Amino acid sequence: MNKVKQKDLLLYSGLIILGLAAPFLFPGFKVQLTILCVLIVLAMTWNLQGGEMGYNTFGNILFYGLGMYLTASVQVGMFFPLAEWTESGGEKTFVHTTSQYFQGMGVGLLVAALVPTIIAGAIGYAILGLRGHYFAICTLGLGIAAGEIAGGIEIIGAGQGFTTPPFPKDIVDPGARGDFFYFLSFVLLIGTFVFIKWIYGSRFKLILNAIRDNEDKAEAMGIQTMKYKIVGWMVSAFFAGLAGGIMGGLIGYIDSTDVAFDGREMGVFMVLMAILGGKGTLWGPVIGATLFHFLKEGFWTLILGWQYVALGVLIVVIVIYFPEGLMGWLREKYPERFGEVIDEKDRKAQVELK
Amino acid sequence: MVQASLDGILLGILFALIAYGMALQWGVMNIINIAQGDLVILGGYIAYTMYLAGIHPAWGVIVSPIIMFFVGWALYKLVINKVVDRDLFISILATFGIAIIFQQLMNFIFGADVVVAQSEYGTTMLFDNSVTLPNSKIFSAVVSILYAIALVIYMKKSRLGRAIRATAQNARAAKILGVDTEKVYAATFGINAALCGIAGALIAITLTLHPYVGLPYTVRSFMIVIVAGLGNLPAVAISGMGLGLFEEFADYILGTEFRIGAVFMLLVFILVYRRFKLSKKREYLK
Repeated sequence: MNKVKQKDLLLYSGLIILGLAAPFLFPGFKVQLTILCVLIVLAMTWNLQGGEMGYNTFGNILFYGLGMYLTASVQVGMFFPLAEWTESGGEKTFVHTTSQYFQGMGVGLLVAALVPTIIAGAIGYAILGLRGHYFAICTLGLGIAAGEIAGGIEIIGAGQGFTTPPFPKDIVDPGARGDFFYFLSFVLLIGTFVFIKWIYGSRFKLILNAIRDNEDKAEAMGIQTMKYKIVGWMVSAFFAGLAGGIMGGLIGYIDSTDVAFDGREMGVFMVLMAILGGKGTLWGPVIGATLFHFLKEGFWTLILGWQYVALGVLIVVIVIYFPEGLMGWLREKYPERFGEVIDEKDRKAQVELK
Repeated sequence: MVQASLDGILLGILFALIAYGMALQWGVMNIINIAQGDLVILGGYIAYTMYLAGIHPAWGVIVSPIIMFFVGWALYKLVINKVVDRDLFISILATFGIAIIFQQLMNFIFGADVVVAQSEYGTTMLFDNSVTLPNSKIFSAVVSILYAIALVIYMKKSRLGRAIRATAQNARAAKILGVDTEKVYAATFGINAALCGIAGALIAITLTLHPYVGLPYTVRSFMIVIVAGLGNLPAVAISGMGLGLFEEFADYILGTEFRIGAVFMLLVFILVYRRFKLSKKREYLK
C-alpha cells in the first residue's frame, strides 16, 4: 500500500514540476500549453457527466461560453459602461489600468464560476429528468440556442463580437501575458484534477456510476438520483465556466458562435477527447486531451482547409472502432495493472461458452 | 398575420416531409441521424447544380431523390451499418461526425455563399394585394404532399414497404421469417436520404441554401417526430405545420436574428414539457 502511494507521489510531483517548468522550457508554445490545460479541464468535467454519470451532454459548451461572456462583461462593466465599450470595439476609448485589469479579471472569474453553477442548478431539475438521447439532443439544442441568442444581444456585441480588455501596457515584460494565462489555467487544471480525484475516491462517484448503470435500480435502492445528477452537473458547470473565462481573456475576442458557444469545435472536442482517452476513467480525459491537442496542432496546419473533414472522419472512426478509448483498450490488454483479477475458472468458462 | 400563417403552413409541410424520413429511420433502425439536415442541404445543392447547368430547378425534385437514394445507401454501407445495433449515443455522435464532413465538403464544392435557385414561378397576390404568396411555395407544398401520399401507398402495398414495416415491429422476428434486414436497413436509409433530397430540392427553390444550415433542419425534424410519435403521418403533417407557424410568428414578433434561437429553445421547451408530463406517470419515490 505504502509503495503505491510513494509511486503516486512521485508521479504527481513530477507532473507538477513539469507543468511549472513547461512555459520556461517551451516559451514559444505558451499559448498552446494554456489551451491544453483548458482542454484537459473541459474533457475531465465532461467525463464526470458523460463517462461517470452516463449523461452524454453536448451542452457543457453553454457554461463555457457563459463563463467567457461573464468574465469579459464583468471585467469591463466594473469600470466602464459596457454598451459603449462594445459600441466602440473596445480598446480605443477606455483603458484598464493594471490593478483594474486584475481586479476585474478576478471578480469576473468568480462570477463566471458561480453564475453557470447556479444556472446549472436551476435548469438541472428540468433538463436532467430527460434520459439518454433526449438529454443529448436537448443539451445540443441548449448550446446552439445560447449561441444564437447571444448573437442577437446588442450590449455584448451581438454578431460583431466582443473585444476583451487588452493586457495592461504598464507591464513591460513581453512574456508576462503568456505566463499569467498559463499559470492561471494551470492552477485551474490542478484544482479540477484534485477535486475530481477526490470525487473518484468518494461515495459520490459510486452513486454516479450507479446512475449510469441503471438509474431506476439506483432509485429503487433509495438513492435520490436527481439530487446527485444536479450536483454533478453543477460541478461540471463550475469548472467549465472558469475555463471559458480564462479562454476569453486569452483569445482577446469573443464571438457568439465561433468562440464562445462554439458547438462545432469546442463542444465536440470535449466529447471526443474524453472518448479518445477512455470515458469513465480518471486519467483517460487527461491523456485523450493531450493526445488530441498534439494531433490537432501537429496536423491542423498540414491539412489546411480539410480540418473539419479530418475532424469528422476522426469522430466517426473513434466512435465506431474505439468507443472504449485508450484507457479501455489498455484495461483490456493489461487487466492486472488496473487491479482487476480475473479468475482462471472464469476465463475457462468463457472459452467453453465460445 | 395572414402572411405569416400562410408561409408557416406551407413551410411546415416541407418540414413534415423531412421529419417523416427521420421517423422512418428512427422507427426502423433505432438511429437518430444528426446528418439529416445536411442530407437535405446536399439534395438542395443537387437542384442548384442543375439550375447552374441551365436545367429548370424544379426537375430537381425528381433527380435529387434518385441521387440521394444512392448517397444514403452508400452512407449506410460505409458507416451506419456499424452503429445500428449499438447505443443510441454512438449513432448520434457518428452521424454528427458525418454532418461535419458533409458541411465541409459542401463548403469546398459549392462555396460558403448563400445561394438560391430561381424558379421564376412568379407570385400570387391575395386579399387585395395585402398578402404575397410565391408560387414556388405552393409548388413545393403540392410536391411534398404528392410524395408523402406516394410513400404511404408504397409502404402499405409493396413488398419492400411491408418488409420495412415488419422490421420496424420486430427485427429479429422479421429476420427469422426470411426478411433480409440488412437490405431493409439500407433501403430505409436510402429512402430517408431520398426524402431529404426532395425536401432539399424544394428548399433550393423556395428558401436559401448554405453549407452550414443543416443542423436546424435536423432539430426541426427531431422536434416534429417527438411531438408526433413514430410512424403517424397525419400527426407528423400537423405538427410540421405547427412548427412552421411557430417559426414564422417568432420571426415576426422577435425578429429574424432570434429565429433559429427560438427553434432551439422550442426544442428544449418541448423536451422539458414532455419530461414533466411523463414524470407524472411515475409516482413512486416522491
